[in-house]
Amino acid sequence: MHKTIITVVGKDTVGIMAKVCTYLANNQVNILDISQTIVQDFFNMMMVADMTGSSKDFDVLASELEQIGEEIGVDIRAQKAAIFDRMHRL
Amino acid sequence: MLDIKEVIETNRMIMENNLDVRTITMGISLLDCTASTLEEVKEKIYNKITTKAKDLVKVGKDIERELGIPIVNKRISITPISLVGGSVCHCPEDFVELAKVLDKAACEVGVNFIGGYSALVSKSMTPADEYLVRSIPEALATTKRICSSVVVGSTKTGLNMDAIRLVGQMIKQAAVLTKDEDSLGCAKFVVLCNAPDDNPFMAGAFHGVTEADAIINVGVSGPGVVKSALEKVRGENFEVLCETIKKTAFKITRVGQLVAQEASKRLGIPFGIIDLSLAPTPAVGDSVGEVLEEIGLEYTGAPGTTAALAMLNDQVKKGGIMASSYVGGLSGAFIPVSEDKRMIDAAACGALCIEKLEAMTCVCSVGLDMIAIPGDTPDSTISGIIADEMALGMVNQKTTAVRIIPVIGKGVGEQAVFGGLLGYAPIMRVSPYSCEKFISRQGRIPAPIHSFKN
Repeated sequence: MHKTIITVVGKDTVGIMAKVCTYLANNQVNILDISQTIVQDFFNMMMVADMTGSSKDFDVLASELEQIGEEIGVDIRAQKAAIFDRMHRL
Repeated sequence: MLDIKEVIETNRMIMENNLDVRTITMGISLLDCTASTLEEVKEKIYNKITTKAKDLVKVGKDIERELGIPIVNKRISITPISLVGGSVCHCPEDFVELAKVLDKAACEVGVNFIGGYSALVSKSMTPADEYLVRSIPEALATTKRICSSVVVGSTKTGLNMDAIRLVGQMIKQAAVLTKDEDSLGCAKFVVLCNAPDDNPFMAGAFHGVTEADAIINVGVSGPGVVKSALEKVRGENFEVLCETIKKTAFKITRVGQLVAQEASKRLGIPFGIIDLSLAPTPAVGDSVGEVLEEIGLEYTGAPGTTAALAMLNDQVKKGGIMASSYVGGLSGAFIPVSEDKRMIDAAACGALCIEKLEAMTCVCSVGLDMIAIPGDTPDSTISGIIADEMALGMVNQKTTAVRIIPVIGKGVGEQAVFGGLLGYAPIMRVSPYSCEKFISRQGRIPAPIHSFKN
């Protein structure tokens, strides 16, 4: 399983989740978990997703997510979960 | 399951505190590139480097993209070239030919530096070693990506004073040949004592003769992350301070270990070591000087600097050691003047002088690094500065180095600009008193005794 962490950071507005989730659904990316919080007035959302079923490469998915972020004025990043696991888990 | 706070913390380190992997360096042995003619050696070297490292830059970029962490440099280190070219290079000009081939190969695979235009002369020099050392100024002036080093001493062999004298002259020549670029050639040349075989950082990287055919070494960085963590423990006691540095170094190194394993797997080349150095850049928020200030110094160079740096260096190592299976290279805190915004400021305002830097190098990685001095400094004085620093390494059984730039046409109070990661530096004052008679003595300083420690 290609476990990926998708983070969305920015000003909270209507429809962020809808946009991101629609894109992921259209590209056969399965969402395993979602959590969100507000840090220093910024909306922070984290999704744990499985990209195994997608026909698109990681690079393409990450770029397209970034582009959606630009359109709605938030910062969207997709990163392999390994970097977080390594840093915070023994 | 990961917690959102942990994810935010990691991304903040990357985006706000300049956390990056400073370099993936592929070490390549060129010992099998010897042949009977110079042309054959050139061809073999070019083919081996461009074959082994053909995917290095692409793999680096892929990992960068997938993990979302910048991997700033992709580099190559090679077997010290005096050993590879020894049988076919009969004058310094022959070695310059090899330098040009190395530069071309580095350009072909897209790496920004290739290190190992080097000679290991801790005790004495072969004719080939001497040709190589004499070729360094020309090699640095006629290439873009070559980094050069000469190992002039070790704890086991003592100091090769003939080499130190010659290197002082060569540094000056390199400065003259590159005077139009503020003597930039010298920024790509380092003199070492007790050099490690697996250092991934330039300019001192070379692929030691004890290493495998090819190896992946990774250098991690992150002074900005340490600084940011320390902001949260202002005024706390030393125990809290040390714990904070250790935890941060651990986290940084874990990322380096992951990148190294991924690069090794994808390139099909064994993983060598992680070098867990705090390596600054001229960017604001990426400075070892700032960390020292956060610990409690008004400027780097103030009384207490050596103690603070000793503590920092030790805690970085303690935190990093457990995070990686193999720690090597230089590992600790780097203190290059021109590559660190707050060190530049400290030198410019007079808080930091060469003598204080020398003391600092007793307790941290490397040595007198990226220091600009007046262009009219005598060769023997440059050799004297090198000899002092090498003696510290020899006696204290540690790696020390000198990367010093006599900036031709400039004097104290002026500034040299090297550009990019090499940064800029105020020209620092050098003692005006002569060591000419000391440096002109022939031979070597014997290895020190290892008992009666005082």
